[in-house]
Formats: sequence, C-alpha cells, structure tokens
Amino acid sequence: MADVTYLEALRQGLWEEMERDDRVFILGEDVGIYGGAFKVTEGFVKRFGEARVIDTPISEAAIVGAAAGAAHMGMRPVAEMQFIDFISCAYDMLTNYVATARYRAGLPTPLVVRGPCGGYVRGGPFHSQNVEAAFFHTPGLKIVYPATARDAKGLIKASIRDDDPVIYLEHKWLYRRIKEQLPEGEEVVTPIGEARLAREGGDLSIISYGATLWKSLEAAEQLARDDGLAVEVLDLRTLLPLDDAAIMRTVKHTNKVLIVHEDTRTGGLAGEIAARINEQAFEWLDGPIMRVTAHDVPLPYAPTLEDFVLPQTEDIVKAARWLAAY
Amino acid sequence: MASRSAPTTQSPPIPAGLSRDQLLQVYRYLRLTRTLEERLTALYRQTKVVGGLFRSLGQEGESVGSAFALERGQHRDFLSPLTRNLGAMLVMGVEPVQILRQYMAKAGSPTQGREMNIHFGDLERGYLGQISHLGDMIPVMAGITLTFKMRGEPRVGLVYIGDGGMSTGAFHEGINFAAVQRLPLVVIGEYNHWAYSTPPARQFAVTRLADRVKGYGIPAITVDGNDVLAVYEATKDAVERARGGKGVHFIEVTTYRRKGHAEHDDQHYVPKEELERWARENDPIDRYVKRLVDSGWADDADLKDIDERVGVEIDESTDACEGEPLPAPDSSLTAVYARPGAAPRLWFRDL
Repeated sequence: MADVTYLEALRQGLWEEMERDDRVFILGEDVGIYGGAFKVTEGFVKRFGEARVIDTPISEAAIVGAAAGAAHMGMRPVAEMQFIDFISCAYDMLTNYVATARYRAGLPTPLVVRGPCGGYVRGGPFHSQNVEAAFFHTPGLKIVYPATARDAKGLIKASIRDDDPVIYLEHKWLYRRIKEQLPEGEEVVTPIGEARLAREGGDLSIISYGATLWKSLEAAEQLARDDGLAVEVLDLRTLLPLDDAAIMRTVKHTNKVLIVHEDTRTGGLAGEIAARINEQAFEWLDGPIMRVTAHDVPLPYAPTLEDFVLPQTEDIVKAARWLAAY
Repeated sequence: MASRSAPTTQSPPIPAGLSRDQLLQVYRYLRLTRTLEERLTALYRQTKVVGGLFRSLGQEGESVGSAFALERGQHRDFLSPLTRNLGAMLVMGVEPVQILRQYMAKAGSPTQGREMNIHFGDLERGYLGQISHLGDMIPVMAGITLTFKMRGEPRVGLVYIGDGGMSTGAFHEGINFAAVQRLPLVVIGEYNHWAYSTPPARQFAVTRLADRVKGYGIPAITVDGNDVLAVYEATKDAVERARGGKGVHFIEVTTYRRKGHAEHDDQHYVPKEELERWARENDPIDRYVKRLVDSGWADDADLKDIDERVGVEIDESTDACEGEPLPAPDSSLTAVYARPGAAPRLWFRDL
C-alpha cells in the first residue's frame, strides 16, 4: 500500500473511470498536454488521446454547455474549471440549462463539473473562492466536497457514474497536504448523499466539510488534550443533497452543534443546516446552534488579511469551548 | 400526392434536386405552420393558451426551408429551434397536437405542463427546444455535434439564433469552440429586424450578421430568408459540407417578424408602412405559391387540396386535446433528479 495524496487519489479516480468507460471524456482549459494547472490530468492526453482530453478556449459557458449537449447524447463528460472561481462564468449554463434539463424536458444530463476551490493559499479574491452556496440553492444539481484522499477518489468515481449533474469541489489546500493509504486494485466509490463520522465524541458536535474538516479535527484533538472534551466531528462530504439523517444523529447524540465552514457567513450552508436542525431536532438542543465561518468580505491576498478573514483552528477551539460551557 | 398537374415540358427544372412531391411537402409544412398559429391565436383570445403566444408570421419560410434540408428520422440529423421556428419543429416530425398541448399546458403535453410552447425535445428523433436564455443552445449543440464527431457518426446539427441572441456571450463562446473543433454544425442567423422592440442598429455595429461571425474562420453567407427554396438550397449545401468534415457554417437569413414579440405586444415601435410592405410584397408563403404556380410545378387545385387537409388536421388536433386535463398538482415534485425520484412534499401542506 502506498501513501496517496488527495490530488493523486482524484487523478486515480478519473483515470480509472476513463479506462472503465469510454463514454467518459475530459474538457477544460490546459487539461491536455499541460495536464491541468494543478496537474490533475497529467499524462491523460498521452494515454487517452486528444479526442477524450480536450483543450478548450477560455470559455466556461461553452465548456459546460458542450458537456451538457454531449451528456444528452449518452456521453459522461467531466468539465474542469481551472479554478472554481471561474464557474461563475458558466452560472447561467449550470443553473438554467443543466439543472432544469431533466425536470423541464426529460433530458438526461449526467455530467461532472470539477475544479480547485478554497483559500489558505494566498490566492487572493479570484483564486480562493468557495462556490457551494451559489449552486446549493438550485434544484437539479448535486454538490460533493471531499476532505480525504479516499473520498477524493471515491466521490469523483461516484460523480461520474451518477445520472444527475454533479459539481465536484476539490480543495487545493488539501491537494498535496493530505495523504492516505489506498490499497491498489480496490474499487473506491463513495456514495453520494452520505456524510461520514470523522471523530466520535459525546460532548459537542462539529459539522464541517472540505479544508475546515481538518481544522475541526485539529481543534477536537486540542480540546480533548487541554479541556477533556469529547468532540464529535461530522464530515458532510455531499452538500447537495445534505445527509439529514447523519446530521440529526449527531445532534441527538451530543445536543450541541457548531457548524464550521470556510465559505462566508451570510447565505452560507451553515444557515440551512441550522434551520433543518431547528425543524427536526429542536427539543434535543441544549444550546444555540453556532457558526464558525469566514467573515463576510471578499477574500484578500495579504497573509495577515487572509488569515484574519478565514476561520482558523484557534477560532474553532474557542467557539467550541464557549458552546461546551453554555 | 395527386399528380394532376405534372410538370410540363415548358416548366423550368426544379432546383436543388427536389422532386415535385417534396415541393408540395414544403408547401404543406408552410401552410401547417401558419394555420396552426392562427388556431393558437384563436385559442389565445379565448384564454385557453396559458401565458404568451409567440408567432412566426412572416418567418415560416426560413424555418421550413432550412429544416427540410436535414436528414430526418431516428438517430439522423439534429435540430435546435428557437420559439419562432415552429415550422422547423413540424418538419422534424412534431405533431400539431403536441404543440397545442404545450401551449395549453396539458398533462399529456411533451413536458407534462412543465414548459411552454416549443421548449421541448426528443433526443431520438433529433430535436431539442431552446431555453429562454438566448445563445445557450449554441454551446449545447456544439456538445451534441462533438459527440457525432467523437463517434464518427455522419450526422449534422442545425441551430438557430436571432439578430438579438447573437449579442450573448454564450453564442460567441459556443460558435468559437465549435469552429475550433471543426464540428458538423450549421448555424442559421435570423435577421428578422426586431429583438423584442430593439432594432438591429441598437444591437450591433455591422451591417450583416454574416459579418459578425467571419472572424471565427467559418464560411458565412447571407440568403433571402423569405425565398424558401433559396434557404433550402443554402442549408442543404452547408449541411452536406459540414457532414463532409468541413466544419461550422453560418447562414444569415433575412426576414421580418410581422407580429409583436408575443401576442400582448402591439408593435407600436414598428413603422406601419414597413410592416405593410413586408406583408404585401414579401410574404414567404405567397412568394412560394407564386413560384410553384408560375413555374408549373403545382396548380391552385393542388394547393387548395393541401389547405383543406391541413385545416381538417388542425381541427381534429384541437378537438383531440382541448378538453384534456391540466397536470395533477403534486406531479410537480417528480424528476428533478434521476435519484431521488421526487422532492418531498412540504409539511405545511398536510396541516
């Protein structure tokens, strides 16, 4: 067994699906001979050829629209956004065309749009975004956001095999930072719609996903060591549809909930999760549902500014401590 | 078709390799389009049409002439119409009763009451209606024709865009991508003079739509859109070139939108004399009839026979669906996704 990075796991998942199913093809900017800005598709064009690894113009609407047309005709396109920040250029195509296709006209549109997202990398306002909330509000789309190498692989494979359009969000801060042993030859497929209990505990629940899942785990470790608190951590993995059952299970187990996400606060997913807990598990709560999120500003560039705006491990520790004492 | 007016030796040859039967088929589609729209107008005035009615009066020729140039049938050529390309939809095999059901939002309509007018498709029979966001179908049709190319299938896509829709980013992104990939796609640019109330001079700073796309490195021509056979001939040529691997082709068709954007629109912004001149001198069906008769390819009796059959077909289609029910309210919750199969019914509905 070899240690596999989050990025390599994603690459393996894509590669295996390309080998398994000749309907799968990749299109995006610089995905061919260059292998993608982060080298996710390195070596693909050599193995699968230019017909299945298509370098496109800088035209996100055309990339997603063409993927939709091909998906209607029975293909399984995987469209890369070079940085997920640029998915906004395809917002119309995704929300109006793709998301409604099955509902309004019975058109199957099994495609994946994937791309690197997230901050903590000094990328500035246009190379650090988290876009889940912009699409979370759109019926017809699915959204996955792996935090582990195993799920990076398992969710890309599940997304490609899914009969609905899936936005696959991959965190660039995790690309080479996270490693995991993945047995060679094992088929890793993570079911869409299922959260994962990342750490068990009885005092308090942290619900998170993506990069802040790791910061939450770090905080939980520190709270166990310094405060003797047993913190449970739920990794959502799929954001749309949310795994309500897993959310309510942890709420009913610990009775206190802290929701942590890297995205900005207003209109972020934490608000929806809090509303669902309120509706479905109100009487189980022993304290207010609290949120740790980014501040409501565009993400700035300078290290001092970015570090201040984004939620850090220390913020989660303090917030959890406050809630535990409530 | 009855052959009581078989071409005489004096008749000029029929252009573009068409047969006399095909000429009469084209006439039937033109008449069917106009008659169906006239019926829809009557239903609209009786408030039986749900929402708006979008007429193609004056543009039937380019819709029918272009679509008729495709190879039609299961898994053959593929067409994506705009709302005003009803004629093209009929040529592709859509039945008038389906259009009537769509406009009246019937449960049995192709979209089960979820979408309006000709916003629907049939992937097997090769047509795919637009969404309201103009330009979006260009990238989508690029993807469809990309699939033809990847699979080595000798199929061609045909997509329409208006003089207004050509201002969208999606149009330019899509046609450029298709051109770079040399996809088998023919784009019909409709110069119908009005984008809702906006005239061409406020939409672009060139004279011709064809000028706008020459920069993409594709052949672009302008054709008299109200000359049905000219549109057919130009499209046929482009379609066969595209099928032969020569990439994207653009055909500008000049025509005139003789009704408002939709039936609610009184066209007060349209010069009255201009409108009357197009109706009087440049109606595509009048011109086509004159050409058929003057050339001796058909006579009045042939055409009257078709008119009567079309009238009966529209009457029967209307009778067949007018009394049909609207969709059941909670059918609105299904098929947002392949899985899960339905969205949950919300709690307050059961209080």
